[in-house]
Amino acid sequence: MTATGIGASVKRVEDFRFLTGRGRYTDDIERPNQTYAWILRSPHAHALITSIDTKKAAAAPGVVAVFTGADLEAAGVGGLPCGWQVHSKDGAPMAEPPHPPLAQGKVRHVGDQVAVVVAETREQARDAAELIDVGYEALPPVLDMESALAGKSLVHDGAARNLCYDWHIGDKDAADAAFAKAAHVTAIDIVNNRLIPNAMEPRAAIGDYDTATGEYTLYTTSQNPHVIRLLMGAFVLHIPEHKLRVVAPDVGGGFGSKIYHYAEEAIVTWAAGKLRRPVKWTAERSESFVSDCHGRDHVTRAELAMDKDGRFLGLKVSTKANMGAYLSTFAPCVPTYLYATLLAGVYTTPQIYCQVQAIFTNTVPVDAYRGAGRPEATYLLERLVDRAARETGLDQVDIRRRNFIPNDAFPYQTPVALQYDSGDYGATLDQAMGAALVDGFAKRKAEAGKRGKRRGLGYSTYIEACGIAPSAVVGSLGARAGLFESAEVRVHPTGSVTVFTGSHSHGQGHETTFAQLVSGALGIPMENVDIVHGDTGKIAYGMGTYGSRSLAVGGEAIMRALGRITDKAKKIAAHILEASESDIELKDGQFRVAGTDRALGFAEVALAAYVPHKFPHETLEPGLDETAFYDPANFTFPGGCHICEVEIDPETGEVEVVAFTAVDDVGRVINPMIVEGQVHGGVVQGIGQALLESCIYDEDGQLLTGSCMDYTMPRAANVPNFSVGTHTTLCRHNSLGVKGCGEVGAIGSPPAVINAIVDALWDVGVRDISMPATSQKVWQAIQSARAPMAAE
Amino acid sequence: MDMTGEYRIPAPREAVWKALNDPDVLKQCIPGCEELEKKSDTEFAAKVTAKVGPVKAKFGGNVKMSDLDPPNGYTISGEGSGGAAGFAKGGAKVALKDDGGATVLSYTVNATVGGKLAQIGSRLIDSTAKKMANDFFGKFAEIVGGDGAAAAPDAPAAPSAEAPPTAGPTAALEAGRPAASTPEPVVKKGLPVTVWVGGVIVALGILMWLFA
Repeated sequence: MTATGIGASVKRVEDFRFLTGRGRYTDDIERPNQTYAWILRSPHAHALITSIDTKKAAAAPGVVAVFTGADLEAAGVGGLPCGWQVHSKDGAPMAEPPHPPLAQGKVRHVGDQVAVVVAETREQARDAAELIDVGYEALPPVLDMESALAGKSLVHDGAARNLCYDWHIGDKDAADAAFAKAAHVTAIDIVNNRLIPNAMEPRAAIGDYDTATGEYTLYTTSQNPHVIRLLMGAFVLHIPEHKLRVVAPDVGGGFGSKIYHYAEEAIVTWAAGKLRRPVKWTAERSESFVSDCHGRDHVTRAELAMDKDGRFLGLKVSTKANMGAYLSTFAPCVPTYLYATLLAGVYTTPQIYCQVQAIFTNTVPVDAYRGAGRPEATYLLERLVDRAARETGLDQVDIRRRNFIPNDAFPYQTPVALQYDSGDYGATLDQAMGAALVDGFAKRKAEAGKRGKRRGLGYSTYIEACGIAPSAVVGSLGARAGLFESAEVRVHPTGSVTVFTGSHSHGQGHETTFAQLVSGALGIPMENVDIVHGDTGKIAYGMGTYGSRSLAVGGEAIMRALGRITDKAKKIAAHILEASESDIELKDGQFRVAGTDRALGFAEVALAAYVPHKFPHETLEPGLDETAFYDPANFTFPGGCHICEVEIDPETGEVEVVAFTAVDDVGRVINPMIVEGQVHGGVVQGIGQALLESCIYDEDGQLLTGSCMDYTMPRAANVPNFSVGTHTTLCRHNSLGVKGCGEVGAIGSPPAVINAIVDALWDVGVRDISMPATSQKVWQAIQSARAPMAAE
Repeated sequence: MDMTGEYRIPAPREAVWKALNDPDVLKQCIPGCEELEKKSDTEFAAKVTAKVGPVKAKFGGNVKMSDLDPPNGYTISGEGSGGAAGFAKGGAKVALKDDGGATVLSYTVNATVGGKLAQIGSRLIDSTAKKMANDFFGKFAEIVGGDGAAAAPDAPAAPSAEAPPTAGPTAALEAGRPAASTPEPVVKKGLPVTVWVGGVIVALGILMWLFA
């Protein structure tokens, strides 16, 4: 390990500009002659648009233009495409209703786009939008999934019963047979609460059109600019890719919500071409609440069959997943291939059957949010295992150990399609229990009891699938894209290096981690390495950042390109040093003839590649610039053990997370500090979901938790100092051995928190508590549990 | 949200009726009221600029009366949209009765708001509505009762604790659709139309403040 190579906790090089206000975000970009767009949004959850009168708005001061859905339709603008097609169990393709960028005849959720005003200033656009007179004829909204399935009101005419698909996985007959011989069956009803992402930087987009070249440029807050270029260019605006550049500059957090192609991107790009002027749109925070895709929102019934020794025989799961009003880019795969395929968890359950109904409602579309399907699977499974232990009298730890996939079983084929390559679940649990000081818990609990507090300990031993994904596999499952990654390593004549990666960084620290890969592989200082991402005009191609894929897929692509660079550089060095290529070794930035003192510095070889006076022209081309596309052979499978300790005040119901331990297996760790930071952030989000966050609509479909006053984001005071560690087993199918760390915190933590609360209150009689476990909810659960006892 | 309240206006009913029928008086009492226009015996149009919390908008709405039961009470309902700020709709049951030399007005309001009003203001609506009702009657009593008179809320406006917090703080009541029904002139049945009109406007005012 070098000072800046693999394994070094190098400070993040990007942080200086972020912390000193020098980051350059989309809204910081000002284009000459720029105009501003304001989107008029529906105040109704479900209504027909009977009329739109834009005359007054068009005549308002500063207004350049006003457009409605009719204008886009007349211009041939297409609907927003969905990137994944799921088939129902009867073989029928999912219902895939149109998703116009501006509503055409009907609005389907509060916040749906109705019209856009373009003006000289943002304030003028906003004021003019007040003058648009929209006639609405309100329709009854469908909000909860049960009544949506009853079909009394249809979100889309083409989706009967508001059903998008009715999908399943696993062998139902075999699962039924397993249940028939069970000694005990544990059942649980689970709601995975709907979340609103709230990235620190609201979404923004600027459309620009070059009248000289006919080229469009879109600056946008995206996690994957190439994907946006593909979707928007090919399906919405019909702009060929060589005339469309998409730039995603510094982006202030995404968590999934900035993966998708949003209407505003298409609207500003189209309007820029139409008006021959740049058009900028920046969301207000309250707009983000009703226009950024939401996350989670599952309602599930799950049953676990066990033999008399507590070994799992079968699992049956039935889930209703809320899609919201339209299908967002990757929405259909979240409650299916990113969810049900994880239901084996870290256990040897031989038979699993899962049915998922995806349902349209008059709410903001739901798509992937940090973890995407895997937190839902983990929460369900770890709550179920916890309950099974309590019902059978087994210890929380014991029931897990009895069912862990043993180390000699890898590669392990689950009954739900995935094949795990590596893991060491028992040792990970041991390490976490040690770090969490589990041995002293009984004493701490007794001490808390003296203070009138109830203390509880909760476990979560989880697994997730990331490193998304083998293109052929996901293609067979309905993905309409490949999920490889590209990298170009360009060595400059004097030896500095620029890496062009298709993997976007919006908080993950790619500019540091990826530079460490280069520094380690070439033996050059990190300062000589730049990481460029987020611009289709610079980077050959890229699938972007989500699903903890950056290092496992994007990093591996960089390693492959680096391998090609060193192979070629060795040939050049061998030629100059008049040695055999096989005798050249690269160490500490020197190409040396093994066993001699004859050597060339990295910069000398780089110069020789561009000033090829002494160069093997008969076998090599000049230059030192290599590109690699890497398509992974499998998913990667990070896992771990999270242990949460809570203390509850039974008089107020307030839950305090007093300790949280996370031991994660993320494969080889490139930068331990960044891994820790990712786990910290993920755990905070998980605690937020478990204790605080919940998206609430009223019966009319109005979003009641529509601001940071009403939607409770976790704050520093809500979390303890974390105890974070890693227990590493290497991924077996990428050269780095990495698995991914971006989502583990958000996936593993919620069930640990809730299991801890149930543990604390089990003796009181509380059997279940749903997320978010607010103090009011906990207090009421305690009161309800005590009431029958008092009556006895 | 749901809210009930009762006010004792220290003026004889005749004076209350008269004031309630005086658009100038009502305009003074309704904060932010820019226009108040009688469209028919059962219909009014109003324009109110209102600001609640961070949401400010101009609302223009139509209000209609129904369930006319002179002289005991009636229902008014209105619906309108406030552009980007959202919309509001709702109704109020209003009753007037003599109380010695004074007049007691009681009301039950039910209102819903949508869009940004609901999104930003749901937590503010109850207290805002209460304050606006008090402001209206305070001003109304001052004008009707003359110097020294003040409206006495017999039962302070009481937002229902169980009502879902749907209403937002901004003035939303606005342009509903013109009411089509025109009942027989109520004058003949006993209660002068002016009372109806005035009562409706009081209720409209309450609604507007709720929404504002």
